[in-house]
Amino acid sequence: MKIHEYQAKELLAQFTIPVPKGKMVTNAGDAGRAADEIGGTVVVKAQIHAGGRGKGGGIKLARSPEETRACAEQILGMRLVTHQTGPEGKIVHKVLVEEALEIEKELYLGMVIDRESSQPVIIASEEGGVEIEVVADRTPEKILKEFMDPRVGMQPFNARKITFGLNLPEPLIKQGAGLLMNLYRLFHACDCSLAEINPLVITKDGRMLAADAKINFDDNALGRHPDIVALRDLSEEEPTEIEAAEQNLSYIKLDGNVGCMVNGAGLAMATMDIIQHYGGMPANFLDVGGAASAERVEKAFKILLADGNVKAVLINIFGGIVRCDRVANGVIEAAKRLEVNVPIVIRLAGTNADLAAELLERSDLEFTVAHDLAEAASKAVAAVSR
Amino acid sequence: MSILVDDTTRVVVQGFTGREGTFHSQQMMEYGTRVVAGVTPGKGGRKHEGVPVFDTVLQAVSETGADTSVIFVPPVFAADAIMEAADAGVGLIVCISEGIPTLDMVRVWTYLSCRESRLIGPNCPGIITPGKCKIGIMPGFIHAPGRIGVISRSGTLTYEAVDQLTRLGLGQTTCIGLGGDPIIGTRFIDALKLFNADPDTEGIVMIGEIGGSDEEIAGDYIKKYVSKPVVGFIAGQTAPPGKRMGHAGAIIAGGKGTAAEKMETLTASGVHVVTSPAEIGRTMKDVLDG
Repeated sequence: MKIHEYQAKELLAQFTIPVPKGKMVTNAGDAGRAADEIGGTVVVKAQIHAGGRGKGGGIKLARSPEETRACAEQILGMRLVTHQTGPEGKIVHKVLVEEALEIEKELYLGMVIDRESSQPVIIASEEGGVEIEVVADRTPEKILKEFMDPRVGMQPFNARKITFGLNLPEPLIKQGAGLLMNLYRLFHACDCSLAEINPLVITKDGRMLAADAKINFDDNALGRHPDIVALRDLSEEEPTEIEAAEQNLSYIKLDGNVGCMVNGAGLAMATMDIIQHYGGMPANFLDVGGAASAERVEKAFKILLADGNVKAVLINIFGGIVRCDRVANGVIEAAKRLEVNVPIVIRLAGTNADLAAELLERSDLEFTVAHDLAEAASKAVAAVSR
Repeated sequence: MSILVDDTTRVVVQGFTGREGTFHSQQMMEYGTRVVAGVTPGKGGRKHEGVPVFDTVLQAVSETGADTSVIFVPPVFAADAIMEAADAGVGLIVCISEGIPTLDMVRVWTYLSCRESRLIGPNCPGIITPGKCKIGIMPGFIHAPGRIGVISRSGTLTYEAVDQLTRLGLGQTTCIGLGGDPIIGTRFIDALKLFNADPDTEGIVMIGEIGGSDEEIAGDYIKKYVSKPVVGFIAGQTAPPGKRMGHAGAIIAGGKGTAAEKMETLTASGVHVVTSPAEIGRTMKDVLDG
């Protein structure tokens, strides 16, 4: 789960990590008042769940409350397109008005779980303010990595290795170490999957603050964090994906026109891949789960067909424990009730697959039954191009 | 021969009396797996499905000699269940549960790192030695005894591959589902080592997916040490970056962990990489037939 920058900063502040003075507002009038309260020059920052906001025109400097109001007016309601939003962009509903910092130096700090070592790792760099992937690519020697032993957690020496490695000015060494310890605490306390401060700014007057922050949470741990779930902004997410999640279906919208309904995440990805292999483009990823009951199949159909790009549907179910004839009945019922009017290619394998094929062929609906994965994919791709 | 499990394996089921635990225990026993004990805290002393139930794994192990555990408990209790099994000295722990918080698994990994137990999973279908022992939720009937080792991060996609192999007359020594989470106990390299050392395994199928670098690490190992033919498929060639594709571990993060990268590394390591999942079985047959 992702949250906005302003929420991430509130969380940082709760863990005593310094952040600039700021306020989230949803209209231009409040933006002007916020600027007045903060005083001096402010930054107006669009709050969307994507990076690259500055380049897209979503971050502006304002020297007075009037200017702030004008900037907020421009940004609020705009369709902000960045390299992370896709060409359709995202509508801005909220802006953060924040004190402008006089920057002396920009650093990078990030914490994740390293998959290879299965340990928490803090990544740091003197090259802040740019994406860390770019730094890793161009100047890998400028990246520091400090692994923490989960048995004891972060120790002061771990923090010192980073603060000295970052060449922090002497008066900030101690504060820097404290900040790192607090970041580690936050990561654990909130079950984060990513906690990133980029840039961590050192100002001309010698302060150190988190000028931007991105915090993601482990979806599997949300059950024990109702306070974090409350931070979720549904308007930032694809509506069909939210609906699917509510039905316990795993759905991701893509750009192609062959809709897929599959049981199991690996097989669902493989089905997308084989569609491409035969020259088509998948419209989505959809895992109906192991059971694939009639009810779930119907819900899956609804979600699939809500995407107007879908010109054919490929159903690929490997019935292991679940019986294929039951899945077939579910598909027939759902297709009848929903009056599906795009071609459906269906492949059921496993227990009672023959019986299932018979049921589908005998139904008065136009199913194309395929007997293996390759046949299913090529027929689905052919159905689209007809 | 086979790896890790066979007809002498003695299984204790954790989360035995729950719905999932009960159903899959029945299926495992029907297949011939020796389920010797179950554990459900608070239900010790009774029998369930004809098998004695214990309150703790340690009791189950000392009373029945169980050497392998399979876990069907809800995800919030699963980390505890894995560590309990390791504490009781269980040699092989197979965790089926999906949805365990990553930081819980960090603790588990650390706990296991100084113990002898091997973990398979979590979020996996389990492990099967066809005709001898099925531990997990995979459909037994698609498997056949034979000479191919199968290693996969997926569930149903593994069944697909196994089904292709069996239809082509290629049975399996053992099939292992490693699991779809970012932190798992047994990784490709661990399973490859075992299959490479197993005299009866003549070919290996490995099914990876986007996310992490386990396939690349395995590629290095294959290049150096594996002389048996390996056929590989990587799921998620069409997956967009930054999106979690169903499995918690299936995500292209910061441009890393793409299918293209993995396929390239594996190909360079001598693995027969297929782009179509329909060609896994056929390719293995062609390679073996020379």
